[in-house]
Amino acid sequence: MAEAAPRTRSGYGDVVIAAPVTVPYVRYSIRGAHWFLARALAGLIDAAGITKDDVDGLCVSSFTLAPDSAVGLTQHLGLCPRWLDHIPMGGASAVVALRRAARAVQCGDAEIVACIAGDTNHTDSFRLNTATFSQFARDAVYPYGSGGPNASFAFLTAYYMRQYGATAADFGKICVAQRANALANPQALFKKKLSLDEYLNARMIADPIRLFDCVMPCAGAEGFLVMRGERARALGLAHAKILGTIERHNAFAADPVQVRGGWALDCGDLYAQAGIEPRDVDFVETYDDYPVISVMQIEDLGFCAKGEGPDFVRRHTFEVGGSFPLNTSGGQLSVGQAGVAGGHLGMVEAIRQLTGAAPGRAVADAKIGLVSGFGMINYDRGLCSGAAILAAA
Amino acid sequence: MSAPPTRPKRKNPVLRAQAPTLPPAVRSRVALGLTAAAAIGRLELQVCRDCGAVQYPPREACHRCLSERLAWRAQDGAGELVSETVLRHSQELFFRERAPWRLGLVRLDAGPSVVTHVHADCAAAPSRVRVSAGLDRAGQAVLLAKPEAGDADPADDPKLRDMTCDPRFRKVLVSDGKSAVGQEVVKALAASGADLIWVGVAEPWKQAPGFEAIRALPQVTVVPLDLTNSRGVRDLAGEIGAKVDILINTADHHRTAGIAARSGIELARAEMDVNYFGLLRLAQEFAPVMRARGADGASSAVAWVNLLSIFALTNFPPHGTYSASKAAAASLAQCLRAEMRPAGVRVVNVYPGPIDDEWNQLLLPPKIAPAALAGAIVKALQGSVEDVYPGDVAQEWLARWRDNPKALEREVGG
Repeated sequence: MAEAAPRTRSGYGDVVIAAPVTVPYVRYSIRGAHWFLARALAGLIDAAGITKDDVDGLCVSSFTLAPDSAVGLTQHLGLCPRWLDHIPMGGASAVVALRRAARAVQCGDAEIVACIAGDTNHTDSFRLNTATFSQFARDAVYPYGSGGPNASFAFLTAYYMRQYGATAADFGKICVAQRANALANPQALFKKKLSLDEYLNARMIADPIRLFDCVMPCAGAEGFLVMRGERARALGLAHAKILGTIERHNAFAADPVQVRGGWALDCGDLYAQAGIEPRDVDFVETYDDYPVISVMQIEDLGFCAKGEGPDFVRRHTFEVGGSFPLNTSGGQLSVGQAGVAGGHLGMVEAIRQLTGAAPGRAVADAKIGLVSGFGMINYDRGLCSGAAILAAA
Repeated sequence: MSAPPTRPKRKNPVLRAQAPTLPPAVRSRVALGLTAAAAIGRLELQVCRDCGAVQYPPREACHRCLSERLAWRAQDGAGELVSETVLRHSQELFFRERAPWRLGLVRLDAGPSVVTHVHADCAAAPSRVRVSAGLDRAGQAVLLAKPEAGDADPADDPKLRDMTCDPRFRKVLVSDGKSAVGQEVVKALAASGADLIWVGVAEPWKQAPGFEAIRALPQVTVVPLDLTNSRGVRDLAGEIGAKVDILINTADHHRTAGIAARSGIELARAEMDVNYFGLLRLAQEFAPVMRARGADGASSAVAWVNLLSIFALTNFPPHGTYSASKAAAASLAQCLRAEMRPAGVRVVNVYPGPIDDEWNQLLLPPKIAPAALAGAIVKALQGSVEDVYPGDVAQEWLARWRDNPKALEREVGG
């Protein structure tokens, strides 16, 4: 029997993304996640010049909102949405939230969807969150002493370095460049320049991962709105177009160690939907929980072949004025990781770059940006992957 | 490279005794299948009975075909260490105290990738290894990678010695060191490097062949210990309890009667008084101080061994009251295990088949020789197990009991 031709995925028509909002990050806060999410929602309403009642769709991501989920938040914040979703996909949540919200708006199930992500951070948050992260982690990783994903990413990084010849200096180059980008971002928690020497001499956390390979957990929130372009224009609200998106979970499960993510499976689909080539992309916001994952995304999203990441890193510069602007806000590595909002950080920054809202760190003539998401180290690899291509309106 | 441990320095008595910490102990129910196998020294993983896929981490449905027919099957653990790291920092107190700590990712030949502890003798990744399962200090199963060739001993790796109850350099109390089994246990302990062995003796006037040789061993100190005498047990605990690292309860009162063979309960009461209440007295006096010393330096309180019987699993009617007393002891030993686990002290329960001694004279072979039983006990202490079924009869009864306990009841009962 002949295989049916794959269906072409619909574009997103006149659905747009707007209103990049960041609730300033702090290292520790005594407030609950509800506070940060509320400030994000309030920020979105204010930025768009709408009322709370205009928001008829809500998409929430948060680790520390527990025991509440999106539902609890509707009563907590006095909302009555006709579309509601809770995305527990870690750093892929922003891309996935965009995908869900965009289709809802496209089909008329909602008019204005607020996508918010945020987490609080107490001194014991990291330990508590990682202790109950997933059944597989609790049964098969946590008993071995790894508090959090450091050991899993150490395995991954060591394997990648051995397989493809990546060096610590390659990863350090990315971290140094992102820190340079962060210096122009007043919301970044890291304010000091980082040199390659400092990166290389910093203490080991879990060999070969060093201090500056790790994000700093903090409290904060990010948010954006999804609506029809017609509505955005009526509001006079700067916005960006959605050219294409992809999403994939638990790809390449048979790989003994993760060296590639779901983007490698769906990359062609992404550029076909967007009608562009990788070389048309002006800046990339990868999910940077560790620099090796940024390199993996660069490979899997078609900027170079698998294994050519180290060479790509050596041939390019990643500052906003460089040959391959990467994580132009500084990324999580230099801004901080506000829990699940770490994934939304890139999406929000992309909107800023495409709407001229990133003064001091604007990528010149930015027309097309790619946002990549990754997340959920359920056991030994990140299960979720996603990407979105946005364009200046 | 690992090196056998050297005699630890004398502990400074002025310093506060370190409180025991444990590795994370939470596991899902399905993951406890790993613990059930590790408790008897086996590595088992789930295998799908429909498509044959091997599963890890443990789960409720086959990751390949969704079948719910997953069976735990023995694995040889052969695989390749594909990556490794050294944890310099941990949120867990246990690992924080022991950092840096080597961890590995092994791709088993059987399919899954597994996170493991890594023996110091393992060559850097990539290298061939053999993965085994053992109980960690929390009494839960963990995986350990050792070099594929050779016989690396976790007790030789100072980081992994905590997974064992190695008698080397430790002080051991054997509750009855005069019986045939007791004497063999003392000899085996001396040969395995124990520093000091207190040999309990209940009836000092009673001669026993071979005992003078035991008394003459340089590690041995004979102490009065009668498990039916509460006061005496308490006195001994007061004298030596705070120094006992391993307690091996070999005391056993064994007669050969069911119900119909005797009138009156005196015989049964005597068996209970040693086998069940004796354990209770011993535990009340010695367990609290051993718990407090669960992390007391390099030679800490580490294990409590109970010599039970395979008859505890299913009653052997010709020795019916004895079986019942051993069953009572087994239940109490589980209680003791629950009370000792939080302190990282392992309760090891040993279930031999009939021992080749006077009380089993009329039973047909195979019977386990006292020396073989003693060897099994010491081997269990050197390993990472908590339930031991030494000898062919014990192994067979265990297999029959797990397969169909009612059938075993009929087979044994006639």
